[in-house]
Amino acid sequence: MAAAIRQPGWYRGAIGLVLGAAFGFGLVIALRAISGLDLFQTEQTGYPHVVVPLITAPFGFLFGFGAFDYWFRWAAGKPTIPEDHSGHGAYSWKDYFKFNTDHKVIGTQYVVTTLFFFLIGGLLALLMRAELAQPGAQIVAASTFNGLFSTHAVVMIFLFIIPVFAGLANYVLPLMIGAPDMAFPRLNALSFWLLPIAGLIFIGSFLAPGGAFDAGWTGYAPLSTGAPLGQSFFNIGVQFAGASSIATALNFLVTIITMRAPGMNLWRMPLLVWANLSTSLLVVGATPFVAGAQFMVFFDRILGMNFFNFLEGGDVISYQHIFWFYSHPAVYIMMLPGFGIISEIISTHARKPVFGYRLMALALIGIVVLSYSVWAHHMFVAGMFSWLRVPIMITTLLIAVPTGIKVFSWLGTLFYGKIHTYSTAMLFALAFIITFTVGGISGVMLGMIPIDIHVSDTYFVVAHIHFVLFGGSVFTIFAGIYHWFPKMTGRMYDERLGRIHFWGTVIGTWLAFVPMHWIGMDGMPRRVADYATQYGDWNLLISVSAFALGAVQLVFLYNMIVSWRFGPKAGNNPWRANSIEWQVTSPPPVFNFDEIPRVVGGPYEYGTPGARHAIMGGEDEGAEVPETKPSTVTAPS
Amino acid sequence: MVLAVLVLGVVQSVILLQFDWFGEAAATEAAPIDTMMDVTVVISSFIFAIVCVALGYALIKWRAKPGDESDGLPIHGNTKLEIIWTIIPVIIVLGLGGYSWAVLDDIEKTDENALHVNAYAQQFAWTFGYPEDGNKWSEGVLHVPVNRQVIFDLQAQDVIHSFWVPEWRIKKDAVPGLATDAVVTPDKEGTYQLVCAELCGIGHTTMRAYVIVESEEKYEAWLSKQTTEVPTSLLKTKDEYLEAEAKEQEESGGIEGSGVVEE
Repeated sequence: MAAAIRQPGWYRGAIGLVLGAAFGFGLVIALRAISGLDLFQTEQTGYPHVVVPLITAPFGFLFGFGAFDYWFRWAAGKPTIPEDHSGHGAYSWKDYFKFNTDHKVIGTQYVVTTLFFFLIGGLLALLMRAELAQPGAQIVAASTFNGLFSTHAVVMIFLFIIPVFAGLANYVLPLMIGAPDMAFPRLNALSFWLLPIAGLIFIGSFLAPGGAFDAGWTGYAPLSTGAPLGQSFFNIGVQFAGASSIATALNFLVTIITMRAPGMNLWRMPLLVWANLSTSLLVVGATPFVAGAQFMVFFDRILGMNFFNFLEGGDVISYQHIFWFYSHPAVYIMMLPGFGIISEIISTHARKPVFGYRLMALALIGIVVLSYSVWAHHMFVAGMFSWLRVPIMITTLLIAVPTGIKVFSWLGTLFYGKIHTYSTAMLFALAFIITFTVGGISGVMLGMIPIDIHVSDTYFVVAHIHFVLFGGSVFTIFAGIYHWFPKMTGRMYDERLGRIHFWGTVIGTWLAFVPMHWIGMDGMPRRVADYATQYGDWNLLISVSAFALGAVQLVFLYNMIVSWRFGPKAGNNPWRANSIEWQVTSPPPVFNFDEIPRVVGGPYEYGTPGARHAIMGGEDEGAEVPETKPSTVTAPS
Repeated sequence: MVLAVLVLGVVQSVILLQFDWFGEAAATEAAPIDTMMDVTVVISSFIFAIVCVALGYALIKWRAKPGDESDGLPIHGNTKLEIIWTIIPVIIVLGLGGYSWAVLDDIEKTDENALHVNAYAQQFAWTFGYPEDGNKWSEGVLHVPVNRQVIFDLQAQDVIHSFWVPEWRIKKDAVPGLATDAVVTPDKEGTYQLVCAELCGIGHTTMRAYVIVESEEKYEAWLSKQTTEVPTSLLKTKDEYLEAEAKEQEESGGIEGSGVVEE
């Protein structure tokens, strides 16, 4: 037992958690006692004895769990424990509950954890839809309702969409570029373990006096600066989720820039790698802004600062500028990795090179640059400088151009291909093109100021974000999970169940989210627990569809869980794909490659006889394989 | 394929134009915005048709037969085509941008004879002040004359609210510590609802006010009957505000969602 407590792990983690909480609590009480204040301050924006332990307890857990052991020894000048690779690979389910530094294990941890939070976020949405099925108040009180939509959004954004992409890329990206692991494996593991902490803090806010944070996921000041204790949980949770996000992005940047296999120049990187490079640039540049915005709200609440207190000269609008300077790029953080996934899947299953590969890569970079210049389109009616509206409208509309290039290039990839639709991954990729186009079109409408003046803060916006985030991001997530499931587990999922899930999801998405456009344009505001009776029928349809959409996700979970355990062996390359991750075993060996592969051509050389993307170690070394040049066949007229 | 795009685009446009998307219109600002929506709907219909037809066509024409393990043609791109589908969208969006700018200028033109009305928003009620014609006040009910431009000077007392009458198509946030305004020319008599469109706390759902657009005479008659006394619910200055805040907290032991940090 004593040995178990000294070893990094759950026992030591639990002790660290308790000690961390006790330290934070004791610190507050001691300081208040010294200052001659009441020991407990329980104004709703206060509770220092709760919020300080909320910061210290997670660190205590991480110390105990072993997240910092190696670094501390190194920093203290002690001999570091030689890497014995005990933290690599997963041989039983228990290995997934350790501080594991193997990028493949971390990738799986990410995907499973985020799917868990996807379920939680979905259940919160269904509670909301239950309330909204009929006009009038039935199930939850107005304050609870505000908490529901706030936590729904926060869980889905910070604990599902952003990290699930990081998880998928964690698994496949090092394999794709021929690297043995990520650049910073220990930082990678720390990034993952910050996530469940953020999740527990967000969900835990339901237990706070006054309920969960209820100022929306946007948390506009001054509503948020005066809100009950739950809002502080949001402020702190965002710091953990944001730190996780930033650390992962740095890791991806360094990995992509420095660890590509010999021969993989920029123009030979698969588009998923390009997509994660772009996303990471956005995360590193923008995420500090949301962290800053939440810290400022937190300081206003806890320390009585006046960043956003208009009575003391604070500037209310500045919160929105800082918040959206992250949160608009965040929309692309939630979309660009999906673009990469779709490019991989469509090229593989249409047996054709991605159409206009270089322009596809440049379009990603174009979106990164433009997305830093569009934040204020969320504020057309917010009372900001009126001169800023038109320039922001122009950049907002222009961002449709690189996005359009991507859609047209995917369609171009299909032309003259051999399109295989047996895979659920490909079905989701094709459906994504259509649903995402709808989300893109409504986005252009929202970008046009006169239309936006009428529809902003209505259900039209709700419809738009769900077409972009559900019909867009979540479809690509499903596509990606189905596509790489055989690689990650070594087993094949059930395509029949996959199809049920696919059709249920597509139909559910359209029925649930299309009518939201209509009621929004007709005058139903968003974030309301009750509405005029004239919207009753549409809301009933939306609620019923939402429940069906939720139910069909159980088919997906069943398929994944059962196939992981009992599915037929998948083989190394069930999709006959070209990129490197498919050239190793499924699941890949612990150290990925016995010998680093050599990249000799582009990633999508389908249809060119003898063309290769990479030569794997162990293949006949003597034979000289010529560098492959992209062929120059043009379309037959 | 071109024909299919045209047919689908036209059919979609015709169907979608049958609907009155934004509902009833009751202000002169509504017409250009509604027209703009129709134009956008038509353009969107054709873009959507292009994507659907291209996808459907590819799926019908180039779907692999079962067991076919051959690859597609190794086409890596087509510079001319790529330039076309970069340039044309640029032209379309810049056109829409210019059009939006023109409409925006049009709907925000102010008239010298405009009636100024102060709209005060607080959790969770609207109060209206009529500084012209003898400083009259009205709680929860807004009366305005028809066919005369009204400039609403918006003020928020606690958190951000948003002034929106769907039939007028105009929305503007009321922001604490910041003067904002909304310009509307109601052109249809009737009773409408003023909706708070920005989440402002637990009562957000019910934060509504009646809007009555009536003839100049009826409006004048109504106004003359209004009080000149500042409504007690309205807290004009910071001191009064803090005082009432403190009083209310004393009474109820804390209120939810107030924007005031303890001093």
